[in-house]
Amino acid sequence: MEEVKGQVISLPRLGEPAPAFEAVTTHGVLKLEDFKGSWLILFSHPADFTPVCTTEFIAFAEIHPDLQKRGVELVGLSVDSVSSHIAWVRNVEEKTGVKIPFPVIADLSKEVSLAYGMIHPGQSATATVRCVFIIDDKQIIRTILYYPLTTGRNMDEILRIIDALQTTDANAVATPANWRPGDMVVVPPPNTQEMAEERVKQGYECVDWYLCKKKL
Amino acid sequence: MACISPDGKPTESGVKMLRALNSGLGFPEEIAKDTGLPLFKARSGLRELTQAGLASQKDDKYGITNKGTELIE
Repeated sequence: MEEVKGQVISLPRLGEPAPAFEAVTTHGVLKLEDFKGSWLILFSHPADFTPVCTTEFIAFAEIHPDLQKRGVELVGLSVDSVSSHIAWVRNVEEKTGVKIPFPVIADLSKEVSLAYGMIHPGQSATATVRCVFIIDDKQIIRTILYYPLTTGRNMDEILRIIDALQTTDANAVATPANWRPGDMVVVPPPNTQEMAEERVKQGYECVDWYLCKKKL
Repeated sequence: MACISPDGKPTESGVKMLRALNSGLGFPEEIAKDTGLPLFKARSGLRELTQAGLASQKDDKYGITNKGTELIE
């Protein structure tokens, strides 16, 4: 729980439905339900026209085609106005040649920021920190990442998490540390002694009965 | 609004969606495929067109209104 100006806000948790929103964006008014059936990355940045955020927006724009291939939409957010967002994304395109293809929420009322726990008063009482919410096609929160104001996000890791979650969903497996697509995956641990005995005979690559891997 | 300009006229994407509706397509998925717009933009755009009286909605299906037809003719 986070307390902001006397209000106690319940933070979203993994495995729970993503908080519904209706927000003004650079692509018009959007609702969370507009994204139903697609995966969604909802990310916040501290402010428009700031250096680290600009590098991040360019990096998000660069991975946008890779996200589209995976059925993932992208939405940015800060507490700036929609006019500020429009001016900034136009400036980024003019100065760097990179077009920002995704909508950016203008959360002046902080309604969405507070619902998602994006304002951390220890970092800033007014700006959103660098949050990433990965929401699946059923609108369930599957991953939450928080980065401090001074550290830009790692796009490779965001793509890796998407690949890992979608691989898990498609194959009922888990993914080990530093997993990359094509690597062996972890077979879920057995629940009974009988299953454990069977497991080691099934031809998986096993360290022991509780840690077995297989190729997909 | 993304599909309706402040002067009340549909934007380029609004016109695309109205043309798709006029051709008989009615579900957001069909409109997205026909116009090349992402599904979320088709859903939000159809909502805006409906609020502007250019499209109508019955259950999950949309249609074009007389006012919408006049704008693309």
